[in-house]
Amino acid sequence: GSGGFRKRKHDNFPHGQRREEKENVNPPSALMSSFKSFQLELDTRHDKYERLVKLSRDITIESKRTIFLLHRFTSAPNGEEILSESEVKLDAVRRKIKQVAQELIGEDMYQFHRAISPGLQEYVEAVSFQYFIKTRSLISVEEINKQLIFTAEDREETTNMTSNSHDKEAPVWSLKVTPVDYLLGVADLTGELMRLCISSVGNGDIDTPFELSQFLRQIYDGFTFIGNTGPYEVSKKLYTLKQSLAKVENACYTLKVRGSEIPKHMLADVFSTKTELIDQEEGLP
Amino acid sequence: MSVSEMFAALQGALGQDQDIREEIRKEVQALEQTAREILTLLQGVHQGPGFQHIPKKCQKAREHFGTVRTQMESLKTKFPSDQYYRFHEHWRFVLQRLVFLAAFVVYLESETLVTREAVAEILGIEADRERGFHLDIEDYLSGVLTLASELARLAVNSVTAGDYSRPLRISAFINELDSGFRLLNLKNDSLRKRYDGLKYDVKKIEEVVYDLSIRGLNKEATVGAGGEK
Repeated sequence: GSGGFRKRKHDNFPHGQRREEKENVNPPSALMSSFKSFQLELDTRHDKYERLVKLSRDITIESKRTIFLLHRFTSAPNGEEILSESEVKLDAVRRKIKQVAQELIGEDMYQFHRAISPGLQEYVEAVSFQYFIKTRSLISVEEINKQLIFTAEDREETTNMTSNSHDKEAPVWSLKVTPVDYLLGVADLTGELMRLCISSVGNGDIDTPFELSQFLRQIYDGFTFIGNTGPYEVSKKLYTLKQSLAKVENACYTLKVRGSEIPKHMLADVFSTKTELIDQEEGLP
Repeated sequence: MSVSEMFAALQGALGQDQDIREEIRKEVQALEQTAREILTLLQGVHQGPGFQHIPKKCQKAREHFGTVRTQMESLKTKFPSDQYYRFHEHWRFVLQRLVFLAAFVVYLESETLVTREAVAEILGIEADRERGFHLDIEDYLSGVLTLASELARLAVNSVTAGDYSRPLRISAFINELDSGFRLLNLKNDSLRKRYDGLKYDVKKIEEVVYDLSIRGLNKEATVGAGGEK
């Protein structure tokens, strides 16, 4: 009949109750309790690592976009606008770095260094590129780190912190870019400067290549001085650096030797062909 | 600062880092030597007569751990105490090895799993990062997994030496250890790879227990189990 209902399985076999009974009869052993706490500890660690990886990726992407923007400086009539926009972008990157610093409070930074290193290197590349365009000089690691000291921006952050701190000073977070990350970022910077050199000639700017040549030589000398005393990743960059320097020096040579022969309006063509060749070498579309 | 001045300063920092690592390497070498001595000593339990000498071997091993504690004290002084993970790679291997050896000694003495805190005490280091040179949880777990492999081997050799009850106890211990490890969410790193080996240890011990039970040797063991300890 349709009146009654079928007795469901769990009415006869109350699993929930049974499990509870079992747990009361067999409480977790000391070993199992330990491993439960290990699970929590590892999960917490991994979660933090993942959050830092995500932040590092954001930092990388936004830094790369800043670099692309700054390359447009050479051909843009309103360079000041581009510089201001780049500053806005880099401020956004620094806000991400602040989040990294907050995640690392009370932690050993080196435990999570591999998670954030790529982002920081890209940031060094972007900020040093901007600095070069503004000042024609190399930003120091100290200068970079000065910009990575953060204070609480709004009341919300302050009230969250004052419960932990006993002094009335504004809370400070900071992140220090390591010498190695700085060097790797500067090594990558030379690649961008090489591109800057080639494109600046295409724009009829025949002074920048020679400035760049001198600047790159200084950096190359610096890396030569360091040689193999650094970690392997630094020595590895020396090869690419040398290639970038060679391309810039060749551009200067071409300008010097053939610059007087070629009418200015055709100079761009000479170097655009060369740029095509270089781009093909590097596998760019 | 000129570019060359900057690089000179950086080179100074890199050189300093290299010097510290050189010092650490020397200390680690000394620790590795002591670890080898303890391992050679404890390996003896796998042989027939070795079983009778277990208490003596454990005692001797504990004496060696005194040397380890002294060497650890020396290692701690070679680098800034808040930069443990900067140099962690240098001593990671020997520390895992020492965890295994401590766990092995404790198992031979009491047939229990040594806790993280107890290992830290044996090695003369801290259990928490905040308190100084500490035992990282992953190094502890790696050492414990090595113990599992060692006990799988011990189960086999126990039977050969005529001890039919020890494998049964090892089996219970390893199965519980396996349950514990199953709780962990591991990433695809070296710890995960080592954990993957645990199932082969479990299987090996199961086979030993099976071989004993189908021949009725395990019953003989539970009846006649004497003071093997």
